[in-house]
Amino acid sequence: MKLKGLFSTAIAVISGMIVLVGLFAPIALLPVISSLFLQWASILAGIAILIGIFSMFGTHLSKIRQRSKNSTYSFALLLFFLLTFFASALPQNTLLEGILLNNIMIPVEVSLMALLSVSLVYASARLLTHRTDLKSIIFIVTALVTLIGLTPWPVIGTLPIVSGLVQMLAAGGARGMLIGIALGTLLTGMRVIFGADRPYGGK
Amino acid sequence: MNLTSLAGLGIVLVSAILLAVFAFLYRRSPFVFRKIPAFSRLRQAINFVVEDGTRLHISLGRGSLVTPFGAAALSGLSLLRKIGETTSLSDRPTIATSGDGLVSLAAQDTLRASLEAVAPNQPFNILNSRFTGPTPFSYAAGTMPAIRDEGVATNVLIGNFGVEAALLVDAAERQGALIIAASDNLPAQAVLYAATKEPVLGEELYAAGAYLQAGAFHAASLRVQDILRWGIIAIIVVGALLKLVGIL
Repeated sequence: MKLKGLFSTAIAVISGMIVLVGLFAPIALLPVISSLFLQWASILAGIAILIGIFSMFGTHLSKIRQRSKNSTYSFALLLFFLLTFFASALPQNTLLEGILLNNIMIPVEVSLMALLSVSLVYASARLLTHRTDLKSIIFIVTALVTLIGLTPWPVIGTLPIVSGLVQMLAAGGARGMLIGIALGTLLTGMRVIFGADRPYGGK
Repeated sequence: MNLTSLAGLGIVLVSAILLAVFAFLYRRSPFVFRKIPAFSRLRQAINFVVEDGTRLHISLGRGSLVTPFGAAALSGLSLLRKIGETTSLSDRPTIATSGDGLVSLAAQDTLRASLEAVAPNQPFNILNSRFTGPTPFSYAAGTMPAIRDEGVATNVLIGNFGVEAALLVDAAERQGALIIAASDNLPAQAVLYAATKEPVLGEELYAAGAYLQAGAFHAASLRVQDILRWGIIAIIVVGALLKLVGIL
């Protein structure tokens, strides 16, 4: 391992250990140091978003320069990015900011949500063409029973037995999945603390 | 220190010891895991993109590394490292997209390290890792052009996604590209189960590294997960029985 990699691994492992132990054990100054490290991480995450935005700007600028396929969209993105930036940064510009937010951003997000609902219905319809197995049939039947159970019907309202059963089974299944994910999260964190996974580069 | 903290610390310590032990055992005799079709397809796809001159795209989701959702992104980053080493020298190197600034920077560093591992003097294009949008739909909208316009033959979505992942799957299928997707988010898992041909469910997300031979610790962590899972099952069953007989 190069010296740079060794140094970054050592810092990551030591910081990880301090934060982890500080989280559980109130030994001396550990919780304070742990909390300080987490604050630094939050600040760095904020700065990383700014760097990410510059990177996004660079990606689209490079697409325009190279006149790559669909670079018109990149041009539109950069134009509206700059417009939104100045509208938000300049004081007393609430009118333009409101127009951009209410007439462009919100309608576009709502349109994508509408598109998503169509995509989901289409995906469900195609499920049995992808995989015709018992699990897929159970999936479709469960989705239909859930819809029937949770939909408010005229006169009778929701079907209490069906909705109760569905919610009980769903809660059980979800908890099982979440326990698995929690264990995966724990072990992934352990690998980083052991220095086996190094998302900060280095071999 | 209260009882919950003590139990938490105990689980962490036991996990750490088991992880070290199983990593040691794996080096002496590698473990055999059950087959997960999605990862077998992914291995084939990696070889295919190298030979065919097409591109592989990894989307790492929106989970920030400073939140618990970052673990899914970390799993994606170890996969990116492994895939990056194989595909760095191909005509079209792997690209990574994400909806979080830190993950985007980590992906850039991972791709750079992958390239340096196989070709130290080769210049690295920082635009191979991109931040595509900070909100769920802006992230999806920003990632779709990468799937559509850059000759991508295989898409791997691994990280924290919401239901907007369906839009990415749809975009990939329109291009006729292979898609392998895994999320730690339950609604997204339901969506991906319906939308993809080979779904990756629950904690299988964290198994990606082990199935692509990313190292002894990846394989060991799967074994430890299994042991801890059996432990939790035993505790739940015993707890339910004790409650049934009125002791709890």
